[in-house]
Amino acid sequence: MESRGASSLLKDSIPITDFSLPGSFEGHGLRRGFPCVKNELVPSHPLELSEKNFQLNQDKTNFAMLRNIQGLHAPLKLQMELRAVKQAQRLPFLHSSNMALDTLRGNDECIGFEDILNDPSQSEVMGEPHMMMEYKLGLL
Amino acid sequence: ATEGMVVADKNCSKIHYISSNIYCCGAGTAADTEMTTQLIASNLELHALSTGRLPRVVTANRMLKQMLFRYQGYIGAALVLGGVDVTGPHLYSIYPHGSTDKLPYVTMGSGSLAAMAVFEDKYKPDMEEEEAKQLVRDAIAAGIYNDLGSGSNIDICVISKNKLDFIRPYDVANRKGERYGRYKCERGTTAVLTENVAHLEIEVVDETVQTMDTS
Repeated sequence: MESRGASSLLKDSIPITDFSLPGSFEGHGLRRGFPCVKNELVPSHPLELSEKNFQLNQDKTNFAMLRNIQGLHAPLKLQMELRAVKQAQRLPFLHSSNMALDTLRGNDECIGFEDILNDPSQSEVMGEPHMMMEYKLGLL
Repeated sequence: ATEGMVVADKNCSKIHYISSNIYCCGAGTAADTEMTTQLIASNLELHALSTGRLPRVVTANRMLKQMLFRYQGYIGAALVLGGVDVTGPHLYSIYPHGSTDKLPYVTMGSGSLAAMAVFEDKYKPDMEEEEAKQLVRDAIAAGIYNDLGSGSNIDICVISKNKLDFIRPYDVANRKGERYGRYKCERGTTAVLTENVAHLEIEVVDETVQTMDTS
């Protein structure tokens, strides 16, 4: 039960960028490089998949251990809190600070690569606000 | 610091700051040791602010080994971590794959065998500070003279409960030799027999001016 929610999010392959821009040299700009089928089939570094799924795997291990030690209620309560806090987000095109999520995870007392590199608040691209709102409200 | 078979920096600083009472020596890939120690130093500072206590050496050890194991040895940082905290003085060696050893004396790097040989011969427990500094100097000198990947200077960092001595350099063991003679050839060493100057006729065919956009 404890793995049911998490394992559906596990990434065992890297999704390919879609071919919606034929004839464009850069493909999808400088962010992801040229579209390449090989990158979807075979990871380009032995640690690629392990790093992509690291947070998920760690959570899975921790919740499994917690269930074995304290019983089912412990991971259930913690996951309930995490889900509740993940729902408090801003509008779709604005980035959320996720402060409560960071506090629950303990990330407010750590610094890592994700705080410096690819920070969503520093992202140069933004979705089209009207489209995203219409999609969210089901009007599209 | 070496780049393959060439010395890149004869006097680079290999003793990294982790916390005011914990320092870490790094062997292996220079960038990996530098960045790993900085990352753990930042995390340890945040941790110390959160707990309100002086950080312990064992905490730094655990943070380092968990990070290095996560990256499965791809981060080539072999570290010697030492410091003094409330529980006393501690010394750890941390390998790139994430295993650690807690020992009274440790060596890492290409010269580790030469240095360890000196330690194994001359170490005794409860030495005086000067005696211990001399022993460390001898061990590193063994690496300098007998290992091709080690050279030049010996820096020592002495950490005790109340004071910190960062002696850089403690000893310049291997000074570059002085040249005894001048090996430059003066003008006129080789006699000039004939001299022939040929002018190149250059004809201007086309001239264009391209303005730079300096706005």
